[in-house]
Amino acid sequence: MDTLTNKLYLRIPIALFTLLFFTPLFADDNSLIPSVNYPLYLNECGDCHLAYQPLFLPQAAWQRIMTTLDNHFGDNAELEEETVRNLTAYLLVHSAEHSSQKLATKLLKSTENQLIIRITELPYFKKEHDEIPARLVTDNPQVKSFSHCDKCHTKASFGNYEEDSIEIAGYGRWDD
Amino acid sequence: MKLAPITFLLTLTLSPFIQATPAVEELFTQYRQKGIQEFSADLGKNLYFQEFKLAGTGEIRQCADCHTPDLRAQGQHAETGKIIEPLAPSINRQRLLDIKEINKWLKRNCKWTLGRECTAQEKGNLLTFIQTQ
Repeated sequence: MDTLTNKLYLRIPIALFTLLFFTPLFADDNSLIPSVNYPLYLNECGDCHLAYQPLFLPQAAWQRIMTTLDNHFGDNAELEEETVRNLTAYLLVHSAEHSSQKLATKLLKSTENQLIIRITELPYFKKEHDEIPARLVTDNPQVKSFSHCDKCHTKASFGNYEEDSIEIAGYGRWDD
Repeated sequence: MKLAPITFLLTLTLSPFIQATPAVEELFTQYRQKGIQEFSADLGKNLYFQEFKLAGTGEIRQCADCHTPDLRAQGQHAETGKIIEPLAPSINRQRLLDIKEINKWLKRNCKWTLGRECTAQEKGNLLTFIQTQ
């Protein structure tokens, strides 16, 4: 047989081509998610903290968060009514239920229909981070909390939570 | 008075730096309509550094917690650690330009720090203090 793929000198370039263009499709499908591109969300919420990708929480959680902004995890984050309306609409449409990402399905499933409004308290989140000792996060003055995703996931704002982009502030690379 | 010309010149030279932005001017007009006569940078400064005890937990809070005692310096969000750009308009040209933005932050931050909204007088004083920085 003398097909294209059997020619030895063509095999290497074909393999390289395949690797280059299709690797993201086969990468750990948990750690690459769509990045946030809604300016209002990036400005209003991203002013104080990472603009968490909305698929991290179910609809009901976003709804609760957006109706209790006057006590937003201990902070006052009140916004004008119209802004709240627009942000809520965005968050609901992009919430875990509306995402086709495997990560969203896993997070959602792990809640077992409980209303959990902290991403860091979702059972799936906890499971994924249970090997990380406190000294690297909660006891690490440069990280302080699991809520500060971008202190370790250096490309979190781009929706990239892959392992090779993890660099724990004040500590360095992390290998699972 | 020998000093008069110097004072006059100094005022002329310095006045562009403490000119209220159109946004702040508009807010001052609104506060005056509520019966406020004068705004004081000194009282604004006092408020900025005043410590408030939070009802319930007893936690002490002040503006400088996040914005630092030096308004020309970068601050840091007390909870999330996110960088807060300097409040001083002399350093950060983006400050005091947008009424909505000013209102949003005065409302939130007064509630967080003082445990209540600031009065028109307090807001006027704070803005007067901030714009001299």
